[in-house]
Amino acid sequence: MTAYQRATVHGWLLLLPAMSCLALFTHWPAVASIIDSFYSTPRPRRPSRFIGLENYEAMIADPIFWRALVNNFWFAVGTIPLSIGLAILMAIWVNDRIKGQAWVRMAYFTPTILPMIAVANIWLFFFTPQYGLIEQVVQFFGGSATNWLGSGDTALFAVIVVAVWKEAGFFMIFYLAALQGISPSLGEAAAIEGASRWYYFRRVLFPLLMPTTLFVLINAMINAFRMVDHIVVMTRGGPDNATMLLLFYIYQVGFSFWDTGYAATLTCVLLAILAIIAFVQYGWLERRIHYR
Amino acid sequence: MAAVELRSVTKLWGETRAVDGISFRVEPGHLVALLGPSGCGKSTTLRLIAGLEEASEGVIHIAGRDVTHAPPANRGIAMVFQNYALFPHLTVAENIIFGLRVRALDKAERDARLQEAAAILGLGKLLERKPSQLSGGQQQRVALGRAIVARAPVCLMDEPLSNLDAQLRVEMRREIRDLQRRLGITMVYVTHDQVEAMTMADQVILMREGRIEQDGSPADLYERPETIFVARFVGAPPMNVTPLAGLAAAEQAWPAPPDSLPRERAALGVRAEHLDIGEGGLPADIVAVEYLGAETLVEASIGTQHVIARRPGKIAARQGERIGLHVPEGAAHWFDVSSGRRVSGPS
Repeated sequence: MTAYQRATVHGWLLLLPAMSCLALFTHWPAVASIIDSFYSTPRPRRPSRFIGLENYEAMIADPIFWRALVNNFWFAVGTIPLSIGLAILMAIWVNDRIKGQAWVRMAYFTPTILPMIAVANIWLFFFTPQYGLIEQVVQFFGGSATNWLGSGDTALFAVIVVAVWKEAGFFMIFYLAALQGISPSLGEAAAIEGASRWYYFRRVLFPLLMPTTLFVLINAMINAFRMVDHIVVMTRGGPDNATMLLLFYIYQVGFSFWDTGYAATLTCVLLAILAIIAFVQYGWLERRIHYR
Repeated sequence: MAAVELRSVTKLWGETRAVDGISFRVEPGHLVALLGPSGCGKSTTLRLIAGLEEASEGVIHIAGRDVTHAPPANRGIAMVFQNYALFPHLTVAENIIFGLRVRALDKAERDARLQEAAAILGLGKLLERKPSQLSGGQQQRVALGRAIVARAPVCLMDEPLSNLDAQLRVEMRREIRDLQRRLGITMVYVTHDQVEAMTMADQVILMREGRIEQDGSPADLYERPETIFVARFVGAPPMNVTPLAGLAAAEQAWPAPPDSLPRERAALGVRAEHLDIGEGGLPADIVAVEYLGAETLVEASIGTQHVIARRPGKIAARQGERIGLHVPEGAAHWFDVSSGRRVSGPS
């Protein structure tokens, strides 16, 4: 064996552990889901058989699937711009010289450290009708009582609020890191030229933060479509499917109704959505972004 | 053209006095160098003039107007930063006209000024490039371009050449000086390099620990240093400043201090080029000989003190050799060791 061949073998051997984990737990399940979506769900007396596109036809006729998809769309629209906007705002604020800087930064990051289940439980208390925190404040100012999580009109909104609260602090960290990589003399040069803070942000800071924004955007999109944990704790998709999101629906179909064939079909839709997002962002957005 | 004037300006960082009650005036169209070691407050002084820091006490006037509390944009200044502060995502052209766009000048005027600046600085072919595709010297020119198109009467420079290599620095030094003269800009130039200050400036302000040590022409600083610190900071090699206390042999060999200065407090300052080597004089031992081609630097020790003599051409001297040091009449600067200040010397 030549030295070159030996190096090649060593290289592949080093890659092997990570590659096998990736194949076993990511690639194979994805492929298996696609295959399963063309088969019926196995039952004790009726083994699984090939049914072609029947699962997909059933899905298109399923009103709950469409409800989940629409909900998920609004969930994404409600959480992504808001959490990214808040993250930039908070990052710029805590990047300035302010008193108690470390404390403020930590306070913003705390929601990210807390386990999701604990967070959901805290918010469950905030949203409790009559004696919950929000209700108490509303009643103090003479507002009318609302059952935030129990009403179909407000439940999705309430869930969005929690998600934004949780995500914004996490994204802030990325923006803060990016801001600290930008020389303060750029801001000073702009100030000498007479640029307002807003002009400086729009023409200099925001374009320079674009690589971070792309990264955060991809994360935010993925998070929006795989949100499940605080739905489980707070609403279980209710009331009347008002907070039913795609991944929670998949979980319900797969592990409450044990309709694995249909769950696989739904999973394929989720995979397709995520793949499209990734292609659009990496293929199109990335070319429009300045990298140093 | 506009004058810049500071009156008893102080900047406090908590308890520390970064700038401690300094006053000076920059005449219109002059280039003034703020010179000093790092941490002497020269950059802070510049940032106070720019309005990037606010003065704790004192008054700053630019073109006869009190700008002590004015925002940077309303002071009629342009500034070139040490790291150039170019916007990395904008092209050279966009970087140069950034300020004109902010001030909403019309496109024809913007283009005219851009072409003019590009022609002056030789940036014509680079206008569509990004800063990352430029060399250090080119980036420096773009930063200058941004200062030129603003047509501000006062230009502030914060160590603009410190990131360039030695060769380019010499070129840019001349270029900046020419530009400043041609456009009649009043320029305040911060540097820690005394050669830069001496070669470029009409007036040099040497600072130390937030105060002004001396404010004068380059020749003043070199020929009539007001303090021992100035004498040692300006000139390479620095001036030889030798306290006479305990140097009994110097009594006959060297000039005597003026009557007002007691011998035990006196220090004799001699420029290296004025120190003569020969027979007689004050005996000293050669420590090192540096041959530089046109001249030779001879370092000698008198007891524990070292002095450097600079002689033209090549000197046949060897390490350890005993020589005599002469100080010609009229070359002696006298300093008071206890105050560090000049007492008398050649005028």
